[in-house]
Amino acid sequence: MRYVDEYRDPVAARRLVTRITELAGVDHFKFMEVCGGHTHTIYRHGIEHVLPEQVELVHGPGCPVCVIPMGRVDDAISIAETPNVIFTSFGDMMRVPGSNGNLLGAKARGADVRFVYSPLDALQIATENPGRNVVFFAVGFETTAPSTAVTLLQARQMNVTNFHVFSNHVTIVPPIKAILESPDLRLDGFLGPGHVSTVVGNRPYRFVPEKYGKPLVTAGFEPLDILQAIVMLLMQIREGRCEVENQYSRVVRDEGNPRALEILAEVFELRPHFEWRGLGFISQSALRLRPEFAQWDAELKYAVPGVRVADPKACQCGEVLKGVIKPWECKVFGTACTPETPIGTCMVSSEGACAAYYNFGRLHREAAVTLGRSRMV
Amino acid sequence: MCLGIPGQIVEMHPTFEHLAKVDVSGVGRMINIGLLEDERLEPGDWVLIHVGFAMSKIDEHEAELALASLQMMGEMFTEEVNALMTSPSTTTAPRA
Repeated sequence: MRYVDEYRDPVAARRLVTRITELAGVDHFKFMEVCGGHTHTIYRHGIEHVLPEQVELVHGPGCPVCVIPMGRVDDAISIAETPNVIFTSFGDMMRVPGSNGNLLGAKARGADVRFVYSPLDALQIATENPGRNVVFFAVGFETTAPSTAVTLLQARQMNVTNFHVFSNHVTIVPPIKAILESPDLRLDGFLGPGHVSTVVGNRPYRFVPEKYGKPLVTAGFEPLDILQAIVMLLMQIREGRCEVENQYSRVVRDEGNPRALEILAEVFELRPHFEWRGLGFISQSALRLRPEFAQWDAELKYAVPGVRVADPKACQCGEVLKGVIKPWECKVFGTACTPETPIGTCMVSSEGACAAYYNFGRLHREAAVTLGRSRMV
Repeated sequence: MCLGIPGQIVEMHPTFEHLAKVDVSGVGRMINIGLLEDERLEPGDWVLIHVGFAMSKIDEHEAELALASLQMMGEMFTEEVNALMTSPSTTTAPRA
């Protein structure tokens, strides 16, 4: 594990924290990590507690499960409860609450809801059950959407007619833009997402420095990656630069994965608008099947209610997703809303800020208070 | 949800060019490598696997880091790896 030691080296971490402290000086900086995977690392390793007080990290909307609005979960349940349907979904989506329970509840009431690891599993279930209609609940950013696209191409090639996709794929750039346009949040820069950038590359983020004057650094998932990316953001600011930089160049290329983007464009097109939990309707922020794939489109085959449902009043996932409040500042955090009985989506997914904080962060926070903010990396 | 599991390519599928057998923590699985067709993958190469697809080519160094990160996640890692290990589409190649 020599490489791991290198990336978890406490001396290197301390050196980076010192550098961050020097660069920050007396000014206050607020950076948003867009990706749920980063949120997880930050809480898992207690990074927020080793940073100087001047540098604050806020958690963004990059958790695909967290941003699905209640109305879409209701639509999913309605499809799942249609006679003769086998409804397939990633495990994370099973416990996401709609206005009247979740998919596990539908399963308990008798719907044939099955957990799958891959869209290809759903397609295989369809070929093995020619008399049934198999629907795949597709969620995820550009990281996951190419897999759904390849599966649809395969369904077409194999002429599988009893397989349909309920697409809830979303795109990463529009919510970043929505956050930059949001009046209630002042940010000084972004930690760009890791895995999604392997597909989209770094170019789509150029508008962040160019139009909004904020730096963005695409970052890896190790604690040192995050600290290094914060140093890079601060250096840009201190040197009067403002650009897109790539800290995670060992995996992410500027051009992304052109083949995956090509396949995405072949199968999907942008919806005029899509509702995001907490962020409201964002134009051109989600993917639907192109007309050429209409015969595999679950939204065309099934009459889904399509009703917009407001989030529960007590739930503040919206503010958490926009980084306006921290998870523990939500009124129901850890009391009415826990990973076992989530009210909001941020508590469902392990990448959600609330669940990550509930599982790891609060322990670090308590420990940090006890230890008087001593260095913990 | 966006987890990537590192795997090492063992062999290419003889018939289906978009399939390859990978070794994931000592267990052989069949994954789709079509999204990385421009990478000209070969046995011995490492990839990050996401929902049954090779998502990016990585080096051994990154594979070790990714695995260590996943293991720190505990239950999440176990669930994701179990899901991959029991996924029917990664057990066998599709019928022609």
